[in-house]
Amino acid sequence: MNTPSSHIYLDSQATTSVDPQVLETMLPWFHEKFGNAASRSHSFGWEADKAVESARATLAAGIGAKSREILFTSGATESDNLAILGVAKMYASKGKHLITCVTEHKAVLDPMQALENDGWKITCLEVDENGCLSLDDLKNAIQENTVLVSIMHGNNEVGTVHPIAEIGAICREAGVLFHCDATQTFGKMPLDVEAMNIDLLSASAHKIYGPKGVGLLYVRRRNPRVRLTPIMHGGGHERGFRSGTLNVPGIVGLAKAFEVSQEGGAAEQDRIKELRNLLETKLFDALESVYLNGHPENRLDCCLNISFGFVEGESLIMGMPDIAVSSGSACTSASLEPSYVLRAMGVGDDLAHSSLRFGIGRWTTKEEIETVAETVIHAVNRLRDMSPLWEMDQEGIDLSTVQWAGH
Amino acid sequence: MGYSNKVIDHYENPRNVGSMDKDAADVGTGVVGAPECGDVMKLQIQVEDGVITDAKFKTFGCGSAIASSSLATEWLKGRTVTSASEIRNTDIVEELELPPVKIHCSVLAEDAIKQAIADYQTKQKS
Repeated sequence: MNTPSSHIYLDSQATTSVDPQVLETMLPWFHEKFGNAASRSHSFGWEADKAVESARATLAAGIGAKSREILFTSGATESDNLAILGVAKMYASKGKHLITCVTEHKAVLDPMQALENDGWKITCLEVDENGCLSLDDLKNAIQENTVLVSIMHGNNEVGTVHPIAEIGAICREAGVLFHCDATQTFGKMPLDVEAMNIDLLSASAHKIYGPKGVGLLYVRRRNPRVRLTPIMHGGGHERGFRSGTLNVPGIVGLAKAFEVSQEGGAAEQDRIKELRNLLETKLFDALESVYLNGHPENRLDCCLNISFGFVEGESLIMGMPDIAVSSGSACTSASLEPSYVLRAMGVGDDLAHSSLRFGIGRWTTKEEIETVAETVIHAVNRLRDMSPLWEMDQEGIDLSTVQWAGH
Repeated sequence: MGYSNKVIDHYENPRNVGSMDKDAADVGTGVVGAPECGDVMKLQIQVEDGVITDAKFKTFGCGSAIASSSLATEWLKGRTVTSASEIRNTDIVEELELPPVKIHCSVLAEDAIKQAIADYQTKQKS
C-alpha cells in the first residue's frame, strides 16, 4: 500500500489538506487555550470567546457582512439544513413553497425532500446541457407563497457557476429570501452579500485548506431581518440559532484558512486555472470522443469534469491507482445510480458512467498535471482496446440504434 | 476499493482480449449488458468437434467485469461445449473473490457464455 503522499491528489472539490499556516494557528487552541467560549466566569472562556469573535469579524468582513450575521456550524451540510429547515419552519405561516435547482448538493435537496414529505411544495428548476438554470424559469416559479430560493454558487461536480447576483436581485425584487450554498466558491471567488442580495450563505472550512467539521451560515439581520427556527436545541449558543459548544480550534482555523485564501487571491486562482486548462488541452488533443461536462467558461477554476466515451469510469480509475480523482460512475459511490447532476444536464447514462472529475488545488504542480495527462491517456487507450463499444464505434455502428440485452 | 489480487491481475493482464469473425460458422458470439448500465461484455468462442479451441472477449465495464470475462475465456478454452454451459456465475465469484456488490459482473459473464454457446448452436442447425 502506497502512502497517501506518493499519490497525486486531484480531488480538491471533495476536500483539501489543511494548510500548514492554518494548522499552526489552530494548535494552541487544543491544549494551552482550551477554554469553552461560553464560559463567562474565567479567563479560559474569555480568551476562547475573543478568538471566536475575532474569527467571526474576519469572516464577516470577507463577505461584506456584520459579525453578528455569522453563525458557526459543523460544516456546509449543517448550514444548508439550518438555512432551509429553519426558514421553512419559521415562515410556514407566510407560505409553504420553496424553490431550488436539480443540480444542488444533496445537503440542499434532501432537506427540501424532507419538507416536501411534510407538506411543503418544492419547485426544482431544471438546467441546460451546461448545467445553467434559466432566470426566466426562476422568475416564473416564484409565487405568492414562496418563502425561499436556494441556489448554489459553484457546482461541486461539474463546476458550473450560477449568476448569483442576478438571482439575488430577482429574489429581492420578489420579496423572497435567497439562500446560497457557496461551499465551492467561498474564499475562492468574490462574495458580497450586499451586492449579491444574499440573505443566507453556507460555507465550509475544509474546501479551502481548513479543518473538517467546521463551517458557517451567514444570516442577514437587516433589510430584511431573517429569522430561523433552530434545528439544534440546547445551551442557546450562537444567539439561540445553533446550540452546541463552539469548535474553537476549528473556527480559528476556518478564519485563518479564509485569510490565506484571500491573500492568495486572484494570483492563486489564475495559477490553478492555468493548470486546469493545461490538463484539459492535453486530454482533448490526445483523445477523441471526450466531452467536457459543465459550462466551458462560467466554471470553477479548479474543476475539470470529462466523460471519456466507450470506457467505464471505475475501470479508468483502476488504471490510475496513484492518482486520486472522483468519478460520476455509479460503481464508485454508495448509490447505484450514476451522477444525478450529469443526468440533469442531459448526459446519457453511458457517458455519466465514463466521467472523471479532476480537482486542481493549491499544491498541484505542472509536473503532476503532465503525469496525470499521460496516465489518463494511456489508461483510456488501453481500455478502449478492450472495449466492445469502441470497436463498434470504429466499425461505424451507431450505438444508439443497437438493441441491448439490458440487465 | 478492495479488489482481490486476482481481479487486479486480470485487469492489468487481461487474457484473450480480441475479436473473431462473428459471421464464421465455427464461431459463437454473445453480447450482453448495456452501455447505460455501465457494462457490456462481448464473448466469443471458436468450436471444433464440440471442443472450444479458442475464446476472446472485449468488455466495457468496471475492473470486476473485465476480470470476470477474462477469467471466463481462460476457463472456456479446451472445454467441451457441454462442459462450458455448466460454468456458473458462483464459480467466478468464488475464484475472483467478488464482493456482493460485484456479483452482477459474474452473472453477466455467465450470460455471455450461454449466449455465445446458443449463437454457435443456432449456426450449426442452419
